[in-house]
Amino acid sequence: MHVEEKFTHETWPASPEKATLEAKNKFLGFWFFLGGETVLFASLFATYLALKDRVPNTHQALAKDLFELPLTFTATMLLLTSSLTSVYAMYHMKNFAFKKMLLWLGLTVLLGFGFLGLEIYEFNHYVHAFHHTFTSSAFGSAFYTLVGFHGAHVAFGLLWIITLMARNAKRGLNLYNAPKFYVASLYWHFIDVVWVFIFTVVYLMGMVG
Amino acid sequence: MANHQLNSGNPRVDIEYRRKKNAEDMRYQIVSFSLMMFLTLIAFAAVAIKGFEATFIKPFIILLAAVQVIFQLYYFMHMNHKGHEAPKLFLYGGVTVGFTIILTFTTIIWW
Amino acid sequence: MSTYAKKQGFGATLWDFLTTVDHKKIAILYLIAGGFFFVVGGLEALFIRIQLAVPNNDFVSAGLYNQIMTMHGTTMIFLAAMPLIFAFMNAVMPLQIGARDVAFPFVNALGFWLFFFGGVFLNLSWFLGGAPDAGWTSYASLAVASKGHGVDFYLLGLQISGFGTLIGGINFLVTIINMRAPGMTYMRMPMFTWATFVTSALILFAFPPLTIGLVLMMFDRLFGAKFFEVSMGGNTIIWEHLFWIFGHPEVYILILPAFGIFSETFAIFSRKRLFGYSSMVFALVLIGFLGFMVWAHHMFADGLGPVTNAIFAVATMAIGVPTGIKIFNWLFTMWGGSVKFTTPMLYAVAFIPSFVAGGVTGVMLASAAADYQYHDSYFVVAHFHYVIVGGVVLALLGGTHLYWPKIFGTMLNETLGKITFWLFLIGFHLTFFIQHFLGLWGMPRRVFTYLPGQGFETANMVSSVGAFFMAAGVIVLLINIITTSVKNVRVGNDPWGDGRTLEWALSSPPPFYNYKQLPLVRGLDAYWIEKMEGKKGLTPAEPLGDIHMPNSSFLPFMMSFGLFVAAFGAMYHGEHGTWAFPVLFLGLAITLGSMFLRSVKDDHGFHIHKEDLMDDDEKGVKA
Repeated sequence: MHVEEKFTHETWPASPEKATLEAKNKFLGFWFFLGGETVLFASLFATYLALKDRVPNTHQALAKDLFELPLTFTATMLLLTSSLTSVYAMYHMKNFAFKKMLLWLGLTVLLGFGFLGLEIYEFNHYVHAFHHTFTSSAFGSAFYTLVGFHGAHVAFGLLWIITLMARNAKRGLNLYNAPKFYVASLYWHFIDVVWVFIFTVVYLMGMVG
Repeated sequence: MANHQLNSGNPRVDIEYRRKKNAEDMRYQIVSFSLMMFLTLIAFAAVAIKGFEATFIKPFIILLAAVQVIFQLYYFMHMNHKGHEAPKLFLYGGVTVGFTIILTFTTIIWW
Repeated sequence: MSTYAKKQGFGATLWDFLTTVDHKKIAILYLIAGGFFFVVGGLEALFIRIQLAVPNNDFVSAGLYNQIMTMHGTTMIFLAAMPLIFAFMNAVMPLQIGARDVAFPFVNALGFWLFFFGGVFLNLSWFLGGAPDAGWTSYASLAVASKGHGVDFYLLGLQISGFGTLIGGINFLVTIINMRAPGMTYMRMPMFTWATFVTSALILFAFPPLTIGLVLMMFDRLFGAKFFEVSMGGNTIIWEHLFWIFGHPEVYILILPAFGIFSETFAIFSRKRLFGYSSMVFALVLIGFLGFMVWAHHMFADGLGPVTNAIFAVATMAIGVPTGIKIFNWLFTMWGGSVKFTTPMLYAVAFIPSFVAGGVTGVMLASAAADYQYHDSYFVVAHFHYVIVGGVVLALLGGTHLYWPKIFGTMLNETLGKITFWLFLIGFHLTFFIQHFLGLWGMPRRVFTYLPGQGFETANMVSSVGAFFMAAGVIVLLINIITTSVKNVRVGNDPWGDGRTLEWALSSPPPFYNYKQLPLVRGLDAYWIEKMEGKKGLTPAEPLGDIHMPNSSFLPFMMSFGLFVAAFGAMYHGEHGTWAFPVLFLGLAITLGSMFLRSVKDDHGFHIHKEDLMDDDEKGVKA
């Protein structure tokens, strides 16, 4: 089965993301990378927990002063939904429905941009309303580094998915690009996994005090 | 590398079966998405409704997060499908190391 | 597309190496670059020993001494030992499992170039205002306060090369899981392949904490963050933990491949199957696991408390058990074997007592209460040089002699090899054995000089003399390499005559596609089995067919070069914002642009056709 072979609904394999050796390698290698990313984010979470609310003086805002439920809730809903839309995209990929896959990926990208916009607004808000900045305290450094690392992952994921969509828009699915879409969607889900812990550990636990 | 595709003799029958299977998978995905939404709502509600002790809320919402992430991993990221033995091994390896780091930073970093 | 005729001329060869994705050529690149940094780190070691040879010496100033000492440690660990290990992994592991290449040839090349540019960046500090001077551990309070850009070179250089190591580790993991030849089950894999597997898993989990540690310190030093600024709520212990959560597994990342090389050596030259293969695998995996649970033994003197110290002390001592299993298995491999004392075998035999000595002092240091006495003294210096030089460096030198014919197709001179061995071994023990006592007598580590009349003079002089023996050994090795290359006497498939694993069934060096037909593996020591049955080659597992090969690419070089450029921008943005920011963005644009190019340009590789492979047979270039 050659990577450039043209497919129809009938000939499209059941697991296109693992149909060639290159695809199998990519699949496995990317999961291992996510294993490493787990440790990477764990290190950031650990640092944040060690430095939470560590500020030089009592005038500075603490976690419970900063965070608000509505904003975090909206961001969470956007990102969780984008995880579902990317599942839909992979569903259509397996059914060889390229146009539908692009549509759902497009929705994923839109939701991702919405999330990123909210995050930028949020950071801006903290800086101006609370003078809570990257350099104002160890707490500030740790907060912006953890949440910002996640935001950078979101931004990179958006660039990645958009590039894939643009590159393959004209030629449809084949066994060369199907694994790429699949791996990009794994990455997107992983970003969501990290966010689940961020909204729990940083925001909700921050508000509890 | 040749692909070992499980085809019955009749491609039409096979594709019907796969379509059905994919659709069924998708139903599970929607169920797990609803559950994830539900868990998220509970977590936010637990914080929004004043009156619970912090010592209760914190472990409770972490548990909710862990359950939600398991759904995400096993359904959205297909870890429940076969062929994910090595990914599981290395993901849990990462989780173990990561957990050790977090445990360290919450216990033996002192002030 | 199947034209693979040899290109001629220096320019063509250079371009070939700059764009290669062939694991055997990448191995040569790692060997050359790692060897170069090994010599640089060795010169730094010599400067240290010259300075300390006599009391009150002024060969170098205190500040310069700190830089030399820091760069010696950093260079030897990150830029010499790791790449040399990667050289052997690249050269041997794919051959051992019967694969035509690694899983991600492109990523393999990218890993090398990231390491290379990171290493060059770090060493450019010598010419750009001074090298890092906070020790290879670069503890936060000291490193954040360090003047100039030395520590910034450390942070950015290691960040770049660390990323190369990480993707290299992932690559090896996938290769071993997915690319094994038919019949090569996990429990038939050669020990060096097993060592590569466990090492790569350690890399995957150990490098992210280092990455984060480096990021945090870079943010502190260059972008005004306050992670380690105690007056702003920061905490310097975070760095120590992150560094050692990486740093301790790193020790096993270095020593496990060394164990692998020695396991191969013992089996080959005892002409006997490795004793206790399954227990060797078990011990390897157990060491890998325990390696993650012991990092705080580097921090006993921090005051973590008796409970923490006790837990980590016990866990540390537990590592002695699987290591002991391995030592006994090596001894039993030799027992009753028909031992041939070639140069690699000499290294292997000498390794056992040397490494055991390092292990014994390791258990001494693991006793937390006693550690307060040894801490920060030359006893520690002696200990870790016994495990790293007595373990890793002996393996690298032995491995160089063992695998030289497989990598280059020529055999290093045995007489010169043995001279190197004796000079190095004597020099090594002369240098470091006495340092145990220097430490116990009270000489602190990392000091640039000492006063006369404290009883340190003779011992330090002995130690310095030993260092020159080691240097002489390395010079003889270089002479050996040059004369061997000039003579260029080609050797056959199995130049040692007793090869056991698949790589010795291939020509030296192997054709670029490695295996014309993938071999069928029928047991442990697959080639040995075939030889014992009187066969000349391997049993093929597939009919002769087209072979799919990856295309060469210049993009790995460009991606790494972009980060190299960006690192300068990041470092100088504070005082030279006018040009530094453009440089930063230019560098990132080069990297991201190359990634974009890689993403949009399809790379399907090419096929070597069956007919061309058959032509080889007729011309007598048979594998």
